[in-house]
Amino acid sequence: MKFSVIIDALPYLLGAAVTTIWVSLLGVLLGQVIGVAVCVARQSGGRAADIAGGVYVSFFRGVPLLIQLLLIYYMLPLIGIDVPPLVASIAALGLASGAYVSEIYRGALNAVPHGQSEAALALGFPGRSIWARILLPQAFRISVPALVNELILLLKASSLISVVGVAELTRTSQTISASNFRPLEIYLAAGLIYLAINGALALFGTLVERRLQQA
Amino acid sequence: MLDFALFVQYGPALLRGFGVTILCWGAGCLIGMALGFVLMLLRQVPVKPLRWIIRAYIEVIRGTPFLIQLFLLYSGGPSFGLRLEATTAGILGLGLYGSAYFAEIFRAGYQAVPKGQVEAALSLGMSYGAILRRVIVPAMLVSTIPAIVNMMAILTKETVVLSIITVPELMYEMQTMAAETFATFETILGMALFYWLLVEVVSRLGRRLEARVTRFLTHASPQGSSTETATARA
Repeated sequence: MKFSVIIDALPYLLGAAVTTIWVSLLGVLLGQVIGVAVCVARQSGGRAADIAGGVYVSFFRGVPLLIQLLLIYYMLPLIGIDVPPLVASIAALGLASGAYVSEIYRGALNAVPHGQSEAALALGFPGRSIWARILLPQAFRISVPALVNELILLLKASSLISVVGVAELTRTSQTISASNFRPLEIYLAAGLIYLAINGALALFGTLVERRLQQA
Repeated sequence: MLDFALFVQYGPALLRGFGVTILCWGAGCLIGMALGFVLMLLRQVPVKPLRWIIRAYIEVIRGTPFLIQLFLLYSGGPSFGLRLEATTAGILGLGLYGSAYFAEIFRAGYQAVPKGQVEAALSLGMSYGAILRRVIVPAMLVSTIPAIVNMMAILTKETVVLSIITVPELMYEMQTMAAETFATFETILGMALFYWLLVEVVSRLGRRLEARVTRFLTHASPQGSSTETATARA
């Protein structure tokens, strides 16, 4: 073990960790949008939408993320969309996350008392505002712990995008350890950085949760 | 354009790869469950430093990406004299990774065993070993079946990551095939469909196992229903 190796590599690793963080954040945001859309479509879009949504959720939860990523990375150019690895990666993370998020929301919606939307209907609320003003805000609040957990999972999963050459934390550790022949030190450092980020996220999640319980 | 005859031509290689996938998965699950069970038992020992160490192990495994753990084991191992072949490293990696999650699953199951049952066994004069074997473990296994099956489905998906450290499993063979034939898209699509089916089969079998094991239970299991099996991520 030589700690000087870690200190020399630290600026690069931390820079790469920033990439990991924002790629994961973008993935989670995209996942939120897709997840909510899929969830709403499945609940109120008729039978065809429900089946299509079900297939989407089943596929993206059943197929390993690495394969999804390669599928998107190689499929897009085939249908004429040439995207850089970074964009393909964020799309893959978002699509995968969306499948889980839509199920998180489905669970949370079940926890919103049915009487509320009935009451809103009786008061003459149009369907759209029942979703926007009554169901989704409460579903969001209920699902905050699960969503923070989702962010942590996605952050770990983002290590897989190193495979298509995105210079995030895992890829950068690979590059550095290939040039200084110190894989043990470098991967240890990378692991600790992931651990620190996830620890911070978990702490943040606890704080937000406590805050929401007070409100 | 899509040339699925390739899958026939590469059949033997793919079958071999699938064999390695199943081997890694099965051995990884076994090691993970055995180690997870030991960790859970050690956590019950009232020695604080031991508990901290186990807790730290579990948090580290659960807080870092599987890929980084694999790299540490496979590329970092030789630095402390641990020289492993790719497949061995893959199996050990899956096992260590799984052990942290299984330890938590078993702990939840252990805590869910009604205290009265253990007390009753104690008052009947059963030794701790006998109580563990005849009271705690059976109840624990039944109540944690959905979570165990779920974890096994996750590990099915994680085997794909082993291809990155050149374990010659299915994903690796398929990538070789894609590189040799330039039929990248067919290969990946075929792979996606295959794993989709595989994970679905694992979770269906799990659901059936659960239905069988819990058929005499009148109350719901503490882990919740298994309709959500295979929902967790890999």
